[in-house]
Amino acid sequence: MKGFGRYVIFMGSLFVRRETFKTYYNLTLEECAQIGLKSILLFMLVSTFMGAVTTIQTAANLVSPFVPRFVIAQVVREMTILELAPTIMAVIFAGKVGSSMAGGLGTMRITEQIDALEVMGINSASYLVLPKIIASLLMYPLLVIVAAVCAIMGGYIVGSLTGALTPTEYVYGIRYTFNPYFISFALIKSFMFAFLISSISSFKGYYTNGGALEVGIASTNAVTTSIIAVLLSDYFLAYLLL
Amino acid sequence: MIKINNITKSFGDKPVLGGISGEFEKGKTNLIIGSSGTGKSVLLKCIVGLIYPDSGNVYFDLRNFTEADKEMKSEIRREIGMLFQGGALFDSKNVEENVMFPLNILTRMSEADKIERVNFCLKRVGLEGVNKKMPSEISGGMKKRVGIARAIVNNPNYLFCDEPNSGLDPQTSVVIDELIMEITHEFDITTVVVTHDMNSVLGIGEKIMFLYKGSKLWEGSNNDLTHSGVKELDDFVFTNKVMRGLKGT
Repeated sequence: MKGFGRYVIFMGSLFVRRETFKTYYNLTLEECAQIGLKSILLFMLVSTFMGAVTTIQTAANLVSPFVPRFVIAQVVREMTILELAPTIMAVIFAGKVGSSMAGGLGTMRITEQIDALEVMGINSASYLVLPKIIASLLMYPLLVIVAAVCAIMGGYIVGSLTGALTPTEYVYGIRYTFNPYFISFALIKSFMFAFLISSISSFKGYYTNGGALEVGIASTNAVTTSIIAVLLSDYFLAYLLL
Repeated sequence: MIKINNITKSFGDKPVLGGISGEFEKGKTNLIIGSSGTGKSVLLKCIVGLIYPDSGNVYFDLRNFTEADKEMKSEIRREIGMLFQGGALFDSKNVEENVMFPLNILTRMSEADKIERVNFCLKRVGLEGVNKKMPSEISGGMKKRVGIARAIVNNPNYLFCDEPNSGLDPQTSVVIDELIMEITHEFDITTVVVTHDMNSVLGIGEKIMFLYKGSKLWEGSNNDLTHSGVKELDDFVFTNKVMRGLKGT
């Protein structure tokens, strides 16, 4: 509870003694490039294979002559949009971006760079962390959309190549009884996950004490805590919104 | 001038500073000296506001910093320059961007004026032509110089240096010490240096505060150091044969 209290106070401190809008604008753009551009290839790669594997495994399990083959594509669609793209990608986002945030801030803390900002009269938490959170909120939903498209494309390619289902069946299955609300649901989840991962990782990094060992521990804690928070919020969001 | 009044600080049940009072004079290099673990850096951090003292006050030219509101604190902090032990340069920025950083945040100067000011400060600390180098590409001594350039770029009234010689060879240490002293006199600022380096103490200690186990035991100048009559200070100063030879014991 003490840790949660510190986290809440930390989040509150981001909005006091702020710098100019231009400062945050520039920093947020830098963070967007850092978070988005440097993660997109990994997201595309993982999600394409995820879609491909989901297609093969679903095809292997749906062997009944009473189940039409386009159902495979339907399963891939629902799994990708509802869970794989927002949630599994969140785990990857925590591992790549979250650990980098915690490590970067932790290193800045132990090398007194954060103290240097404070001495200059700058609210270091707001200056360093707020752009990371805003950039994550902007970039992660976009990454999730890219991941979902890649996963569905991966399924299409593998389904066609292996003969599990024809391209026409796949496209038909993807469109069949499509519920657009699921896209909104996935985006709501991605906003929530982006906030949790960026804020928790920044919190863990910002309050690092000690040396290089503690920076490593902070990075690991950031990833672990973020993933637990993502999974818990995933459950509650599914319970509340579906 | 900076005045501190009865500063106390404990971490948990461990007292670190036990009611320290004193003054740091304008236009002089004021030193806080003492063995490791005596609370020098904690006192410095209390003065600049990185640590809140449990009690006591810090006055920057009669302005009570400890009890000031956020605006006043921010205003005072913008008059402070600080050199950190490891330089504390921002890894992601090159030398020029590091030195320019306070100007970007704290002033509305034009880009040309900022570059001119940065080049002036870099020249002043003896670093020219390294503007585009990253902190990882320069030596420890150069990092300290860049740190000094960044500390003075915004024309501070107060300069704080935390162990400016740590990790440097004796020759570079002297260069850094002399630079700090020259800048103090040239810009007529109040400089406070935390150190346990005896070369610094003897070389630039115009006013010295000696801390022992979290308390101030002695105050004076480097000229008075060898005949203070304080046993703990003598034990600190005359630790090696050369220093004992100076004293004639």
